[in-house]
Amino acid sequence: MNSKPKQHNRAKKPASARPISNGAGQTLYEKIWDAHVVREAAGEPTILYIDLHLIHEVTTPQAFTGLRNRKLPVRRTDLTIATMDHSVPSANRKKLPWPDVMAQKQVEMLDANCKKHGITLYDLGSKHQGIVHIIGPELGLTQPGKTIVCGDSHTSTHGAFGALAFGIGTSEVEHVFATQCLLQNKTKTMAITVNGTLPKGVFSKDIILRIINEIGIGGGTGYTFEYRGSAIRALSMEARMTICNMSIEAGARAGMVAPDQTTVDYLEKRVKFASAEERERVKASWLKWKSDEGAMFDKEVIIDADTIEPMVTWGTNPGMSVGITQKIPKAESEDVKKALEYMGLQGGQKMAGQPIQFVFIGSCTNSRIEDLRIASKIMNGKKIAKGVTAYVVPGSQEVKSEAESEGLDKVFLSAGCEWREPGCSMCIGMNGDLVPSGKYCASTSNRNFIGRQGRGARTLLMSPAMAAVAAIEGTVGDARKFV
Amino acid sequence: MKITQFKNLSSSLMPLHRDDVDTDQIIPARFLTATDKKGFGEHLFMDLRFEEDGVTPKPDFVLNQKQYKNAKILLAHENFGCGSSREHAPWALLGYGFNAVIAISFADIFRNNSAKNGLLVVELPRDVIDMMHADVLKDPKEKATINLEQQTSIWKGKAYNFPINPFVKKCMLEGLDDIGYTMSFADQISVYEKRRDSVNAT
Repeated sequence: MNSKPKQHNRAKKPASARPISNGAGQTLYEKIWDAHVVREAAGEPTILYIDLHLIHEVTTPQAFTGLRNRKLPVRRTDLTIATMDHSVPSANRKKLPWPDVMAQKQVEMLDANCKKHGITLYDLGSKHQGIVHIIGPELGLTQPGKTIVCGDSHTSTHGAFGALAFGIGTSEVEHVFATQCLLQNKTKTMAITVNGTLPKGVFSKDIILRIINEIGIGGGTGYTFEYRGSAIRALSMEARMTICNMSIEAGARAGMVAPDQTTVDYLEKRVKFASAEERERVKASWLKWKSDEGAMFDKEVIIDADTIEPMVTWGTNPGMSVGITQKIPKAESEDVKKALEYMGLQGGQKMAGQPIQFVFIGSCTNSRIEDLRIASKIMNGKKIAKGVTAYVVPGSQEVKSEAESEGLDKVFLSAGCEWREPGCSMCIGMNGDLVPSGKYCASTSNRNFIGRQGRGARTLLMSPAMAAVAAIEGTVGDARKFV
Repeated sequence: MKITQFKNLSSSLMPLHRDDVDTDQIIPARFLTATDKKGFGEHLFMDLRFEEDGVTPKPDFVLNQKQYKNAKILLAHENFGCGSSREHAPWALLGYGFNAVIAISFADIFRNNSAKNGLLVVELPRDVIDMMHADVLKDPKEKATINLEQQTSIWKGKAYNFPINPFVKKCMLEGLDDIGYTMSFADQISVYEKRRDSVNAT
């Protein structure tokens, strides 16, 4: 069967969408919701308790100021964890002042606010510093059944553990500081079932790009996704995180995968238990977080993993993607025309062979150890193409040191890549890691929005394997030929 | 603590006929290092509005076209405000002088963030939005009147109803603050917390 992703993505209703309506039992989402209701009343939003509040430098300063104006403390400092990731330089960061003095001031403000309120902060000197969505799972803080929020839309990442995790704005950050709760209305639920087996050279990034392509970037608005099916079950925790991470790119509030033995194995090493008995009790409690047989979802989308090809985006949102052997759409609609114009691409062309000048392997989507292993395997003994600048930015200090202990840094460095310090880096470009105007960047990040990686920058989203191939070829290639 | 109340609004429209306007376009990330809520208005739609020098206005962008000057309502299209959760997006829109955005649909987090800052999002059917866009091109002076109490947007003498969550409506009309509301149930939070903390040791 041939992969036939949609040429464009404005479809509002998934073609395969159908309500599942046998009605018995509850979904995972509903179970977590019910377990966190502090107060429910008709006509009013539910007061939902939050188990874990992750914070970083960019979306908290105004919330701390608001708290000070109200003369309120942070209600649960023990459930609040801070790190620095968005605007921290990925090189020479110990040398002050930073080139961006405002970024430095913002990071210093986080430090001062955490000290003042007694919040644990993994700062640049900490061995746990990293992208907020990488360190939560690493520290064993992300666990099944928890409610997790952060002033960052990619908080959906933590849903990979069967947690209800979603991004919030700064006013809501302040709300959680003050009350450890949020006002919420229930979302609808969408089951996204991925059956079958992923072909060699095709990865979880390709699954999620295909899903977004299929349902559209607004197709998940008002929903919480639950990813399931044999292809999801076969994925590692790292790969599941990549999928849940990009749920927001389809507009969903959250995305989740019910925990199983893979989840337990990952967490067991990372959670501190008081006793062996406690460990067994908690492990068993994790596995109860799953949708009941026959639970009702508002919609279901079914995708066959065997038909997924390595995916690449050609446009200016994550739904504008295409399989590597497919042609991109012709400039028939105004949206496609504008996107192609910005991207400097020709309607009807293939992405294979498209020259690139930059490569970014990093971000909360794809900067975990497994991502780096895949990329380094492809780059091993090779050199990146002439004229290509490649950044490899591990997601956390832990990922960095693990990679270095495996010698992955050496592979990247001798291939001609830059091996950098953990943070969001070129995904958002707040720290000065930017793609110049008009240049193409093969990027493992999550957004190819206009100007996202720098003014005029042209982002091609893809998997770490595909980015590694692009780095050595200097053009977009097919990862299936390299693994 | 009170937040800005939404007052009924009658204004001409600024037509931004694009789908999927993400918050990176509304306020690019390089402006997010600021630590207060002020000053984002001058950077609203920065890269759509100005040439690479950051000061020369792009004449083809609606914010630079004098016929739409002083519009307090942004007329957008589909899936407005998608992407990053940055609340700087509604701060920038409000800072520039918009009090409402009318569109076919809005992204989830943007909708929440807007309500908490007194920026009203008005969702109307596609055919109405398309008609309004066509009308505004012909007559940029035509005004829309938004009545939140009635949940109507009046355009060319015809009232169109828009949906809004009743609690959000009440908060916006009365300038009620979410945090104050939740704090009024502090006892219930403590009861929940006690039970929770006794079960969750890890």
